[in-house]
Amino acid sequence: MIAIVDYGAGNLRSVVNAITRLGYQPKITSSPGELFHAQAVILPGVGAAPDTMTSLKKLGLTRPIGQLIAEGHPFLGVCIGLQVLFIGTEEGGWHECLGIIPGRVKKLPSKFKVPHMGWNQVKQRISHPVFEGIPDEANFYFVHSYYVEPDDKSLVAGETDYGIPICSVITRGKLVATQFHPEKSGEFGLRLYDNFIKLALATSIRGNNIKC
Amino acid sequence: MLTKRIIPCLDVKGGRVVKGTSFVQLRDAGDPVELSSFYYREGADELVFLDITATPEGRDTMVDVVERISEEVFMPLTVGGGLHSIADMRRMLMAGADKVSINTAAVLNSSLIGESADKFGNQCIVVAIDAKRVESGNQPQWEVYIYSGQESTGIDALDWAKQVVKLGAGELLLTSMDADGHRAGYDIELTRAVSEAVSVPVIASGGAGTLEDLYQALVSGRADAVLAASIFHYGVYSIRETKEYLAKRGIPIRV
Repeated sequence: MIAIVDYGAGNLRSVVNAITRLGYQPKITSSPGELFHAQAVILPGVGAAPDTMTSLKKLGLTRPIGQLIAEGHPFLGVCIGLQVLFIGTEEGGWHECLGIIPGRVKKLPSKFKVPHMGWNQVKQRISHPVFEGIPDEANFYFVHSYYVEPDDKSLVAGETDYGIPICSVITRGKLVATQFHPEKSGEFGLRLYDNFIKLALATSIRGNNIKC
Repeated sequence: MLTKRIIPCLDVKGGRVVKGTSFVQLRDAGDPVELSSFYYREGADELVFLDITATPEGRDTMVDVVERISEEVFMPLTVGGGLHSIADMRRMLMAGADKVSINTAAVLNSSLIGESADKFGNQCIVVAIDAKRVESGNQPQWEVYIYSGQESTGIDALDWAKQVVKLGAGELLLTSMDADGHRAGYDIELTRAVSEAVSVPVIASGGAGTLEDLYQALVSGRADAVLAASIFHYGVYSIRETKEYLAKRGIPIRV
């Protein structure tokens, strides 16, 4: 079962549509129990990171998400779903986030237009199964005003140029997170979701419970 | 490098796509779901839908259209037309729209910009500005019109653009009423003036007739994206040839 975390994210439906198009029946849920039973968990997100943190706290999801990732469950964070994994964000002052990845979330420099909105290339810094079938420097759809800066640069799997190099894909074990929106990035975006799900199903620690 | 976006615009009335000349004379140009899928396959970067139905039934039809489109195409969708409240906007976003565009409602109730940006994020809120040139001295000036270009407001378009960005707009959809429907080129002066005055992306709209027009809007007009309807709907140019043309001329484009 593929679970999509429901905390009121504006792009929930688009993510559901993309996963459905790939032939899976995603479970939309905010129940920690269901998340722990899923073979893969997707944390969507759009808007503001502090609001997302407030919603996740209200639903009692901050600790379960940390635990899921610590236990090595396949997990995919999208946009704000990437940003909240960090220690904290500069957005709207300083706000603490989930603290799963050391590093902080910073405001994009005002040298270029903010938000960074549109299609931009992702340079693949490492070879990883989520990139399978996706050419290096393929375009993905971005819309964000803040960017992540991980302390450990070896986590940067994809990078994008917007005046400064922006970390656009993070991978750490079975944790994958993207700054762009794969559900809005055409066929390569769908491919990235498909790659992640296939990877998750192949390696899921809940492999004895395969039901889609 | 961030690429420039090519955006077909679909005016939708009663569940069908229409496009007029200077906001009157409408002609039927197809089914919005089919047309969206076609543009998706052709490589459009984004789609904008303007719901020009003014009735509640029309709005329900539009929600249904957006739902069906978002199941078929995996690219950003902006929906505008007749959205007056947070509730109206939420309905479209829940149906699968990524951004909502407000025009008349923003002028009549500018606090809606900030409220909706707080609720949904700035990146969700597009303010559409219909601007018309006013006779003046040396410096060109433009006035904001509302109600689909039917009513003048006396508001200076440049001032308004700066104000809505301050209030929380994440993007501007700038239409030249003088150029719209004439296929004789975008209003480059207007596009450039607004684009240089604000910190958010600007979509140039109104007047696309040739591929050179699109090029000029992006280069001389400094627009971040170009929107066009007729030239795409009636097959004057395909999205693909448009993008190949612009790429060849050195514009960063997703091909």
